Amino acid sequence: MPSRVQTTRFEVNGRPVEVAVEPRLTLADCLRDVLGLTGTHIGCEHGVCGACTVLLDGLAVRACLMLAVQAEGRRITTVEGLSNEDGLTPLQASFRKHHALQCGFCTPGMITTAHALLSEEPDCDADRVREVLSGNLCRCTGYISIVEAVLDARSAYRKPGSERA
Amino acid sequence: MKNTFIGAPVKRREDLRFLRGRGQYVGDLAPDGLLHAVILRSALAHGRIRAIDCAPALAVPGVRAVITARDMPGGPPRIPMRLQPLPDFKPFEQPVLAAEKVRYVGEPLAVVVADTAAIGEDALEAIAVDIEALPAVTDRAGASGGESFLFEATGSNLALTFRARRGDAAAAFKAASYRRRERFKVQRHFGLTLEPRGVLAEWDDGVLRVFGAAKVPFFNRRILAAQIGLPEHAIDMVENDVGGGFGARGEFYPEDFLIPFAARLVGRPVRWIEDRRENLMAMNHAREAEADIEIACAADGTILALRGHTYTDMGAYMRTNGAVGSRNVAQFMSGPYRIPDIDIDATLFMTNKTPVGTYRGPGRFETDFFRERLLDMAAKDLGIDRVEFRRRNLVAESEMPYAIATITPFESKDEFDSGDYRVTLERCLAEIGWDEKAKLQGKLIDGHYHGLAVGCFIEGGAAGPKESAKIAVNADGSFTVFMGSSAVGQGVETVFAQIAADALEVPIDRIRDVFHGSTAHVSDGYGAYHSRSVVMGGSALLDAVEKFRAALRAEAGRRLGCAPAAVTLGEDRIFGADGRTLPLADFAGMSAEGAFLNKKHTYTYGAHAAHVTVDPKTGRVDIIDYVAVEDVGRIINPLTLTGQVIGSLVQGLGGAFLERLVYDEHGQLLTGSLMDYLLPTASDFPNLRSVTMDMKPSPINPLGAKGAGEGGIIAAGGVMANAVANALADFGVEPRELPLSPPRVWEMIEAAKTASATGSA
Repeated sequence: MPSRVQTTRFEVNGRPVEVAVEPRLTLADCLRDVLGLTGTHIGCEHGVCGACTVLLDGLAVRACLMLAVQAEGRRITTVEGLSNEDGLTPLQASFRKHHALQCGFCTPGMITTAHALLSEEPDCDADRVREVLSGNLCRCTGYISIVEAVLDARSAYRKPGSERA
Repeated sequence: MKNTFIGAPVKRREDLRFLRGRGQYVGDLAPDGLLHAVILRSALAHGRIRAIDCAPALAVPGVRAVITARDMPGGPPRIPMRLQPLPDFKPFEQPVLAAEKVRYVGEPLAVVVADTAAIGEDALEAIAVDIEALPAVTDRAGASGGESFLFEATGSNLALTFRARRGDAAAAFKAASYRRRERFKVQRHFGLTLEPRGVLAEWDDGVLRVFGAAKVPFFNRRILAAQIGLPEHAIDMVENDVGGGFGARGEFYPEDFLIPFAARLVGRPVRWIEDRRENLMAMNHAREAEADIEIACAADGTILALRGHTYTDMGAYMRTNGAVGSRNVAQFMSGPYRIPDIDIDATLFMTNKTPVGTYRGPGRFETDFFRERLLDMAAKDLGIDRVEFRRRNLVAESEMPYAIATITPFESKDEFDSGDYRVTLERCLAEIGWDEKAKLQGKLIDGHYHGLAVGCFIEGGAAGPKESAKIAVNADGSFTVFMGSSAVGQGVETVFAQIAADALEVPIDRIRDVFHGSTAHVSDGYGAYHSRSVVMGGSALLDAVEKFRAALRAEAGRRLGCAPAAVTLGEDRIFGADGRTLPLADFAGMSAEGAFLNKKHTYTYGAHAAHVTVDPKTGRVDIIDYVAVEDVGRIINPLTLTGQVIGSLVQGLGGAFLERLVYDEHGQLLTGSLMDYLLPTASDFPNLRSVTMDMKPSPINPLGAKGAGEGGIIAAGGVMANAVANALADFGVEPRELPLSPPRVWEMIEAAKTASATGSA
């Protein structure tokens, strides 16, 4: 049965927000239905498909496995927060170049997951990319182009002077 | 300007919104006043409905309506078949809500409309359902046993038997020196889309707008108009971004009636978004088929004839395209091979399981597994190299157009349009390095057995009868394209922009928008199925451009005072005979609609080869290399084509190794989550390659294109099973059933060991 709403404050894509939500509302539903950020997609609601992946203080998490009230005081980044008004980021451009998306439904989760990976490990190899992306389902591409796109975007995440020989 | 956008790897225009989270899927739409629908589904596979008490649900605060079959005067309407609508199938059509009986777990019983989906789900739990359980029919033995009928009035669970005939198989078998008969099985799995289904309906001044349309919006509008009692023009089906189709999404489902019905009842927009558990029990299932087939050959390896019986489990109802897979299993069992005499019966039977529909490569995946397995077994028996065996029996280019088996009833005749099948086989063998790798066959290296396989396939496309396209000039002199074809994620906006830009001889960015799918765009659309969009839509677009340019010349001639033939069409200006010019923008609002009519099919063809290893300790199969070669006649966009091949191949490998819908003996679905229904992930199949060719254009359309996008999936099951058999030849393992999950492969190895130990004892 509907329960009392709870005021929750957190940051989304650099902007502070305050929402009044039922404790049972997932973060994914909150982002989409309360905050209108529909770039975060819901594909399974049981943590398998990864379409709803967002960054929680920089780490990739499933917004369907977390309640909105648990986001209190945290920093959330969605695919919208990883996008520019004009043009594509290097990671997004690499996805386009390699045709790493078809229907686009898994894509926001792929972008957030890949961004989290490359931010921490800009020198990761193909096996590591596959291992990390194996938590995100894509039904269209067969993954090969996604792995290529992520590998090709690594250079954009390396700090100047830190590139491997 | 002479363009060559066709054939170039043009990056997709769709990507700009998808990559930034700006796609608009049906679940993203939230008009003011939106209410949410959730659906009560049967928890029993088979039973008689005694009572449904909705009063407790209506008492839940925030619930606006609860709808059952009793709220539909004259009873809930039934959903007609879109393809092969034979009278035999009529009794098995699905009502949009169960009224007297439930026939599968997941069948809709009631709809709750509430302020939020969560409140609706609370209310579902309050509905009291009283169903008298009946024995569930869950397999072929149960269906033919006569103890329990899904539809008592029919007195049978058998819907129909298709017959595929060519020549005189009985005579051929009588004369043949070699025969082999085998039984094979493919498991139930389906075209799961990552975006679950969804429908949003709103009534606006007598007009019904339905969002979430996909695949065949015009056909679905016809059904809905008839069911809900409106003229077609009073309904707009609106296609939004679509998170994958694969044959399963966009057919007319019960919810496609229920949500508009609910929206009318409550007088507000209503949205329903399927959750994953629902999706696994409500979206069309597919593929569950058995074959008992026999091949006849001459001693030199010439295939003489094929005969037998196939059985497909249709689930509880005949859905819109439910018969396609069964028909294809029979009609395409001969594949790309010359088999003069064919006699195959294909029986469709009903069970208390989710109804089936098409899944990418419908019937073809199954029948290619049956055939390619049988070919490898026959080659082995005859002592003929299996590559040579295939080479010898492929239909030759000189035999085109080549007629395949005719299906009755429905009188479906078909023929291959063009191709040199041997070239793709040879290319495939060269690409994988067959001769070099051949020495690895059956070898145990570092604890893994190595196996090779090659298989050939054909892929039908370009279903008729028609497609429509329209082109219009905008105020800024750019163009807008309107298509009757639908987008299901395959990139048609980009592909149609390429075709339009080449035909109009303008830069591709002058094609400002490509609209598709929605019923408001063109007078009559047919949609996206049977790999038809490029061939049918693209050819219609060429016709629209031709008509448009003729109209433009006529109008420009009038304004510039010269004959239409003297008008020169520039990129953004029109030139008259005397050098006077007008900007194209002056013609804003001009448009022309074109169409392409076609009753023939295109046949893409090719070969797949693979090198696998099998770990005998675990039964795990690893793909070391996999090459898919196909000739699609004419390549429009190599980027999207390769994407289609690899994507569909991985789906095929999912069917070969992972995906499986499991029911228990009571008809309960045991695989109701993605923890149970396993899909391929990024780490499963890293070593796949696609080689696409445009060698033999199709003679039946102006583009020369052939339907593509299903080729990757069709051959995958047969090639994988043959590669495993080849790796495990020492054990005599012969896979006869999919999926080749590690436990099944391990069990086959252990059973073979036991048999040989017993045999030698």
